[in-house]
Amino acid sequence: MNVYTRRRISNGVVMTLSVAATAFGVLWLVLVLWTLLQSGIAAITPALITQMTPPPGSTGGLLNAIFGSVAMTLIATAIGAPTGILAGTFLAEYSRRSRFGEIVRFINDILLSAPSIIVGLFVYELMVVRMGHFSAWAGAVALAIIVIPVVVRTTEDMLNLVPNSLREAAAALGSPKWKVIVMVSYRAAIQGMVTGVMLAVARIAGETAPLLFTALNNQFWSTDLNAPMANLPVVIFQFAMSPYANWQVLAWGGALLITIAVLFLNIGARALASWSTFKQ
Amino acid sequence: MSPAALRQAMPISQPEPRREALPASRQKVFIREVDFYYGTFQALKNITLPLHDKRVTAFIGPSGCGKSTLLRVLNRIYELYPGQRATGEVLVDGENILAPGRDLNLLRAKIGMVFQKPTPFPMSIYDNIAFGIRLYEKLRHHELDDRVESALRRAALWDEVKDKLAQSGLGLSGGQQQRLCIARAIAVRPEILLLDEPASALDPISTQRIEELIAELKADYCIAIVTHNMQQAARSSDYTAFMYLGELIEFDETERIFTHPKQRHTEDYITGRFG
Repeated sequence: MNVYTRRRISNGVVMTLSVAATAFGVLWLVLVLWTLLQSGIAAITPALITQMTPPPGSTGGLLNAIFGSVAMTLIATAIGAPTGILAGTFLAEYSRRSRFGEIVRFINDILLSAPSIIVGLFVYELMVVRMGHFSAWAGAVALAIIVIPVVVRTTEDMLNLVPNSLREAAAALGSPKWKVIVMVSYRAAIQGMVTGVMLAVARIAGETAPLLFTALNNQFWSTDLNAPMANLPVVIFQFAMSPYANWQVLAWGGALLITIAVLFLNIGARALASWSTFKQ
Repeated sequence: MSPAALRQAMPISQPEPRREALPASRQKVFIREVDFYYGTFQALKNITLPLHDKRVTAFIGPSGCGKSTLLRVLNRIYELYPGQRATGEVLVDGENILAPGRDLNLLRAKIGMVFQKPTPFPMSIYDNIAFGIRLYEKLRHHELDDRVESALRRAALWDEVKDKLAQSGLGLSGGQQQRLCIARAIAVRPEILLLDEPASALDPISTQRIEELIAELKADYCIAIVTHNMQQAARSSDYTAFMYLGELIEFDETERIFTHPKQRHTEDYITGRFG
């Protein structure tokens, strides 16, 4: 067997294995989506987004949970995204080689991989115990703590990809550092930074554990951020574990809803990113 | 043989070159006993030489000889990186710019720099030019338009981009991008222009345009250019400094350097015997 044939064979083997592995991964994703669609589609009715979560045995929807999820996700993003972007900017632009920067980076990486239930327990101790009751604020803070390390990491990585020659060119024109960062570095990295924020939002949209100990749940319509608030993940958790058929259907519907929302969030992020960067 | 033809050829073989002393010109910059360190590594050793106003000074020498480093000292751009430091004096119009307490941003606004690789900002062609102007001047709309146009005209780019000023600077070709960067540098009306191998990444035609541009800009600026291209140094400069291993080996009028170098080392380099 000559070298050429051997190379062709090994090429074929590697390609087959790669394709098989990809197919294996995609298969499960498709199965998950298919199951979700099959079981959840029955729950997609006008009632789902117009009525409150019902008691066992009667009909209802998920309006209060949808509102709660959207509200807490928005607040968490409003807290976490700017904090994360600024901290990531600090790491990438101001302390790339410093010891302090390295420590912050290391701690952020630990936070990034911390189990979310620990974040929930932490905020429970920090806020719920002191306030004496569960609240949407506590839920939002717990989610924000999950957002921050993700955004810090992506912001730093994206800013590190901006070539130094660009910063030098801006500085050589006499630009102060903050202007170099805002006008040049951010513009060059905006696509990745927006994607990072969207990834973080997608992640917290489905987080259950941090909310179990903080926002808890609420069977009724409530916009009071100081009170327990319904939210999709906890409702799904509670309803899916219940023995009531109508609750189970609603749980499937909620799961499908989150999935669709995350999907559109991702599409939106991509569209936004490609719109905001110049086309050639 | 005419002086022009002299400059085109490798003039070392010419027996008796014409010694045309350059008309007197003012010293714009005086570099005195400058040392430079990357951490503990000393990249420049006791450099002393002048840069003349309205003249082009070329820095030549093999890779790693410190010529780019010297250029980076002149606008203190090295200070973006911790661990790099320069000692000695760089006098611009008699004032030492290496002295502590200088406002670096104001200094850099006065000393423009163009880099080896074109570095258009991720914004429109218009904004690329306007960026630097807006930093230090508050102009009305049409005044800014005029400034952008004149900078682009001087950089010989206007005709190619006048219909697409709102498009991204990243969409231009390499040569156009480099001329955009030159336009950006001159738009802020600096007094000194530092060119760090501005044509090394470009094709011959773009290179020629850049060289023509340098010849034109010479009328108004004190220009320092780093180049690996010996012919380019011979063609476009009035003074040449030959550097080797962080030291200034020889500095003289370009014609003399390329015809009658005093140092053996310089002669070996420009005739291609090493380097």
